[in-house]
Amino acid sequence: MTGSTTWRVLRWVLLLAFGLFFLLPLAALLDFSTKVPGTGERTGEAWRTLLDDPTLTEAITTSVLLALLTVVGMVVLLVPTMIWVRLRVPRASRLVEFLCLLPLTIPALVIVVGIKNVYAWVHYFMGDSALTLTFVYVVLVLPYAYRSLDAALSSIDAVTLAEAARSLGASWLTVIVRVITPNIWTGVLGAAFISVALVLGEYTVASLQNYETLPVVIVLLGKSDAPQSMALSLASILFAAVLLVLLSFLDRRRRTSGGK
Amino acid sequence: MRPGPVLGLLPFLVFIGIFLLVPTVTVVIGAFQGDDGGFSLDRVRALTEETPMRALRESLLLSLSSAAVGSVLGALLAYLVVTAPPTSVMRRAVTAVCGVLAQFGGVTLAFAWMATLGFGGLLTNLLADVLGRDDAGSAWLYELPGLVLVYTYFQIPLMVIVFLPALEGLRPQWREAAVNLGASTRQYWFQVALPLLRPAFLGSALLLFANAFAAYATAAALVSQGAPITPLLIRSALTSEIVLGQANFGYALALEMVVVVAIVMALYAWLLKRTSRWLS
Repeated sequence: MTGSTTWRVLRWVLLLAFGLFFLLPLAALLDFSTKVPGTGERTGEAWRTLLDDPTLTEAITTSVLLALLTVVGMVVLLVPTMIWVRLRVPRASRLVEFLCLLPLTIPALVIVVGIKNVYAWVHYFMGDSALTLTFVYVVLVLPYAYRSLDAALSSIDAVTLAEAARSLGASWLTVIVRVITPNIWTGVLGAAFISVALVLGEYTVASLQNYETLPVVIVLLGKSDAPQSMALSLASILFAAVLLVLLSFLDRRRRTSGGK
Repeated sequence: MRPGPVLGLLPFLVFIGIFLLVPTVTVVIGAFQGDDGGFSLDRVRALTEETPMRALRESLLLSLSSAAVGSVLGALLAYLVVTAPPTSVMRRAVTAVCGVLAQFGGVTLAFAWMATLGFGGLLTNLLADVLGRDDAGSAWLYELPGLVLVYTYFQIPLMVIVFLPALEGLRPQWREAAVNLGASTRQYWFQVALPLLRPAFLGSALLLFANAFAAYATAAALVSQGAPITPLLIRSALTSEIVLGQANFGYALALEMVVVVAIVMALYAWLLKRTSRWLS
């Protein structure tokens, strides 16, 4: 009896300690971003002027565009490939899985070191724009997108669906775009959400390739206008949090609406 | 076999080839090239010099300590979460917060800790008020102990995410069976639950180690000068043009990084296979 009471108290003490550890730095961000440096006064200046600085709005636009392009690239590249592997070339499934999970073993930093020659060509064909980062970002989000899509594909009977559609005269394009994809919609959305969160926070590649995306500008700002960089950090964490909470709702719906 | 269906994989394979395999091969070739372009072991041999060795040692130390602290505390938090009912607000909140902190970039987390323990930070000022010291002694955040602390901040959530499924796989029936056979709680934990969880725990800890070893953003945002750890040494090799041949030394450093992470990930995959036999 006393054992379970002790445990209940201990449990809450531990949870409180964890909560404090995780929330304190976020509270500190809020504190720092509303403080006038050197004095004890409060001001909303850093938050109010957040969108006045053109460098900043440009960086935000770049990051948002990159996120959207990465999602488009990821969906166009990965969704048809994964469906195709399930339907027509199941013996390639191990290979595709291995390649998709490979970026977990080859860190972004290593890719940056080796990508100079590839990007010389990319810039030659497409011009020198921050948006060319999309190509690397599609690679970086692969493992996470793969897991989300794979879970969704495993929960439907893709082969039977495809056979039914084919016997009714559908082309392979119709099967992929109009039959299978709508059935794995939650998986696609999940992959998209996690990609957006990863791209908005990506610093390694962008900073070493000298492009000014949101995280890069946050670091640059940290040296000149600390409160504003803190405000921006907090705002982007909160934005990512909203995205990933939405994702968790999707995940729950998938789990409760059947599937294996 | 007709080549037909396999052709459908071509766009994917070409893309991966260009943007993942070519850079990797470039790194490997670059590491074994001399300044004249021919085969040479000079760059790889240069890894054993004092600066890269010290960076590697610090990197391993950082990864090891943040993975050890992160996996133990993360497993504890995961256990607290898993003993709550699946629908509880606490459980949802913890998993959501963990998702954000583990997967959203390290830059913002570095700033959060600067706001906490950096110069003029929340806790720095608080401690200064309580202890009556001036807030000068806070440079440690930008050195190895500080990095361990900030890394732990994203390692614990990652541990919760990867270890939670294993804990959820621990069936209540096993405990009932053990109790029916006369086992005490202590015996159940030490002779049934912990042996079952050990591969999953070790595997998750390895994943945390690889995660810390490959991490760049947090350290780069915290430490703007100098290169105490391998990823930052790669940064200075890429950006500095002062020392001739530095850029090419980056290849060898990158190769070193891939080798370390690959060994760890291979062990992880092996342990994962052992885990899935019981807990899935």
